[in-house]
Amino acid sequence: MYKTADGEEIFIIDGHVHLWDASPENIRNIHGKQFIDCFYGYHAALSPPEQLWTAEKFAKYGPEQMVKDLFIDGPDDMAIFQPTYLKDFYKTGFNTLEQNAVLKTRYPDRFILNGAFDPRDGEGGLEALEAQAETYKLKGVKLYTAEWNGDSRGYKLSDPAAYKYLEKAEQLGIKNIHVHKGPTILPLDRDAFDVADIDHCATDFPNLNFIVEHCGLPRLDDFCWIATQESNVYGGLAVVLPFIHSRPGYFAKVISELLFWIGEDKILFGSDYGIWTPKWLVEKFMNFELPEEVMKETGKELTLTAKRKILGENAARLYNVDIAAQRAKHSRAEQMVA
Amino acid sequence: MIEDDRARIEEVRAALATVTDPELDESVVELGFVTAIAVANAAVDVKFRLPTYWCAANFSYLMASDMRDAVAALPWVETVAVTLDEHMFVEAINNGVAAGQDFTQAFPAEAQANLAGIRLNFGLKSYERRQEALLRHLLGLGHAPDIILGLDIAALERLTLDGEGCALRSRYLERRNLAGDTPTAFVDRAGAPIQAETLTIYLRNIRRVGLNAEFNGALCRGLLAARYGDAPKTLPPEPDLIDFLRIGASAATPAP
Repeated sequence: MYKTADGEEIFIIDGHVHLWDASPENIRNIHGKQFIDCFYGYHAALSPPEQLWTAEKFAKYGPEQMVKDLFIDGPDDMAIFQPTYLKDFYKTGFNTLEQNAVLKTRYPDRFILNGAFDPRDGEGGLEALEAQAETYKLKGVKLYTAEWNGDSRGYKLSDPAAYKYLEKAEQLGIKNIHVHKGPTILPLDRDAFDVADIDHCATDFPNLNFIVEHCGLPRLDDFCWIATQESNVYGGLAVVLPFIHSRPGYFAKVISELLFWIGEDKILFGSDYGIWTPKWLVEKFMNFELPEEVMKETGKELTLTAKRKILGENAARLYNVDIAAQRAKHSRAEQMVA
Repeated sequence: MIEDDRARIEEVRAALATVTDPELDESVVELGFVTAIAVANAAVDVKFRLPTYWCAANFSYLMASDMRDAVAALPWVETVAVTLDEHMFVEAINNGVAAGQDFTQAFPAEAQANLAGIRLNFGLKSYERRQEALLRHLLGLGHAPDIILGLDIAALERLTLDGEGCALRSRYLERRNLAGDTPTAFVDRAGAPIQAETLTIYLRNIRRVGLNAEFNGALCRGLLAARYGDAPKTLPPEPDLIDFLRIGASAATPAP
């Protein structure tokens, strides 16, 4: 929970968190090493200096540190686990549903557990998705269209095989499809960051919500266009928000474009923990004001209402979270601990 | 001889400065991607690096082969080696560029087509970005929209402008042919004239292209600095016309 200067409580749902294991023991090959190095590059490039972790801590920080950074030191009320398997790079996977489920069991009111599927896994994958949905009562999945799988170096969400999985997801009540765009390899000769596949799916699956993580960066321009035309396309702020520290002028322009094109009801906060911690991100975001000339350009304001929606209310709507009921549960839990 | 080499290194640097990262529309020299230039008689050796191990292979290949071609076009050059540092496809890229192969030859198993489509798409984005910068500059000087939009290319070239305006104009005209070969100076990406009545909306629409490129540029600089331990270059906290000018000036350096 974040408290404003006036004492108002803002309910925070962190739409994008990970608990990964990139320790040397779990790294399978050079790609695994380079993958965590690249994540660390994002961390180092965009964090305020006093928030920098060592590479060792960054590789494996563990569940206790995570709970502390999100809920005790940090302002999150709830957090959505987005798994990233990467089993070709890491022996037990980078950040799997099964690993995340440990914390969900321990803190059931704090975490939302998302699953994953890979359309290239065929019929077996569909059955596994069904089992996963039943065991974990999934309402969302995180898809990684650039992930390697055998000889394949990625897929498009508009592929026929992907449609089978989206149909299955809809049947199973998995309504929220988070899609990561990049880092990416194939198809080599096309623009693999292309967000056009989302356009097709969003039209063909009007009952599903498509949350494009990182707002399609590095194709923010194309993403804004698609999201404007499709009422079920959302933008996740992970990676975009940290610019609020190092390049506030850019952040102002980008958030103002997002408010203009997709609107305050369709933007979701996400820290991308452990790349960044929510405490400084939320504090800076709550204190952030759009410069006059940026507001004039788009005619959009970043009001307290908009901030409240972005930081929690929008995700609550997608995941059927009753904020008042959830608050009551959390305060009871805190009293018990005290 | 040493003096000659120094002059030749500068010629190579100027040739490389004309090569852009297609996504960022900035010079590979300006971005800090080129790490070394060596000249031995007529043989040139260029080394370069990228912000991550994962930078898309297609864009990496475009830059590497453009660098090779830019240097090879210098009259005294006989051989060029362009070598990329640590990258997931480092061998395929370095070998392919060294052998003068196109993209499908360098990636026979993975690539189905060459990179013309990507080059055109990102060329058009760069066209829109440069066009927006020039149009806003001209409007800022007080030129009436219907007059500017009525200009043909020759009249735009004759327009009296200051240094900033000239740099923006030459950057724009470098890309103008991508949108068709009509004489009108300002057309949309499909080659249709831009209407004065809808200019505000048009500018609104293309604005996000430039903003995206600048945002990516900031990210790539940060990642490059984090990866190689350099101090990040001081950049203005906001995108500014100066961003275009700085690039304009280096890209416009004439090869001696």
